[in-house]
Amino acid sequence: MGKLSFSRKSLGIPYALFLLLFVAAPLLVLIYYAFTNGQGQFTLANLTGFFTNPNTLGTLCYSFAIAVTTTAVCLLLAYPTAYILAKSKLKAKSVIVMIFIMPMWINFSLRITALKEILTLIEGNLAYYPFANAVIGMTYDFLPFMILPIYNTIVKLDESLLEAARDLGANETEAFLKVTLPLSVPGIVSGIAMVFLPAMTNYVVLDMLYNSTYIMGSLIGSYFAAYNWNGGSMIALILLAIICLFTLLTRGAEEEENPRGGALL
Amino acid sequence: MIKKVVKGFVIIFILLFLYLPILILAVYSFTDATQLGAIRGFSLHNYVTLFTTPELRNMIFGTIVLAFFSAAIATVLGTMGAIGSFYSGKHVSSAISTVNQIPVVNADVVTGFSICILLVVVFGISKDTFVPLVVGHVTLCAPFVFLSVVPKLKQMDPSIYEAALDLGAAPAEALRKVVIPQIFPGILSGFALAVTLSLDDYFVATYTKPATFDTISTYVVNATKGAQTTIKTALWALSTVIFLVVVLFVVLMNMQANKEAAERAGV
Repeated sequence: MGKLSFSRKSLGIPYALFLLLFVAAPLLVLIYYAFTNGQGQFTLANLTGFFTNPNTLGTLCYSFAIAVTTTAVCLLLAYPTAYILAKSKLKAKSVIVMIFIMPMWINFSLRITALKEILTLIEGNLAYYPFANAVIGMTYDFLPFMILPIYNTIVKLDESLLEAARDLGANETEAFLKVTLPLSVPGIVSGIAMVFLPAMTNYVVLDMLYNSTYIMGSLIGSYFAAYNWNGGSMIALILLAIICLFTLLTRGAEEEENPRGGALL
Repeated sequence: MIKKVVKGFVIIFILLFLYLPILILAVYSFTDATQLGAIRGFSLHNYVTLFTTPELRNMIFGTIVLAFFSAAIATVLGTMGAIGSFYSGKHVSSAISTVNQIPVVNADVVTGFSICILLVVVFGISKDTFVPLVVGHVTLCAPFVFLSVVPKLKQMDPSIYEAALDLGAAPAEALRKVVIPQIFPGILSGFALAVTLSLDDYFVATYTKPATFDTISTYVVNATKGAQTTIKTALWALSTVIFLVVVLFVVLMNMQANKEAAERAGV
């Protein structure tokens, strides 16, 4: 038996090596570059530089503002949608949900191109409302990622809990506020994680909508374009720290399944 | 009654928000128009440009080849990793799952940038070899294959594998004939997910691709900044084609699911 189980275990070796080489090692190299200068000497200049430069700090705040607003807008639009879909008694429910998820499979750059044409038609010049356009673009891009996890939680809710609430005298609003809403928190948290982090870093959406300079991801891009590996690594590391912090915060409440994976149903 | 109207209104509003831009562009892709506004004559010239311009054809073909190639590697690696880690000890298994989670939660910008630093800057591998690009896409996709295979392994009845061994199958044979068929749905959805992730990727590609190669995403992002209207409107045609392919795919998948449901009901 010892020999047999060994053969199954050993199947994992290539993947373990792969993860070591292409996931762990790049991060170590990133840390090394972030704390050294161009000559390979240890320095904290990249770190202090980030927190003393008004441009980088401003970018951090601006991308945070965009991400928070986008997440809030997505939540406001997605919750009612997910709720209505989950509660509907239609037979073809799964088909309708599929229709809401389908945009995820269309290349995002082409969808943003489409949105850009529409916004240009409405606003005339996209430079007038950079912040609003950023939020609209991101919402357009990420909304399905918010709808799906919330839908999945609500649709699994035990209907008898609601009946119990009504039997005990709760009206519809009370039953919703005290039963459905608290129980859908895991889905909400999952959705927030799916939208907030990309909204902080996905600078292409902004770039395509004519406003590329104020978001965290684009900072990496600018250092990359200038061949400044050390500065870029520090920004990447700071982003990673934000992501880790956010993931730890949301972990407890999150849905078990992976939303990006769950998208495929 | 009023409730129903409000509900319908919400659903329609969200659907319009999600689909109107794509549909409007689809309509305009069949015209001479170079920007939205008054519709002029019907024309297929965008589609002709799309399928006859070598630059566009190569870009589409390259994106598809890259997606299937990296997804295939990611599927083999991720599946083997999932099986290996599932049968390994607690510590090894949780170590693999933890590291596997990093690319999943990490921003694609950071993944792409860090792989570029390691392979291109530290190891000096030229981007023109396509090695950094393929490695980047496999890194992006394999963790998701891993995640879609693991639940299937957990659902599996372990005694079937042991029964196969008792009946004289070699471990490799038992794996191939017993385990793989049972986790196959997970492998398949992992592969499909890997393909869509690779097709949609911009960030990893932009940091690791050869200068002369473009994926649909990198090409479109650059093209929207340029002023070339023939390319711009040809991309409207591309967006329409992709939209139709996705719709077709969803319809087929749905028919398949219905058929399976009917068969199950029949049994």
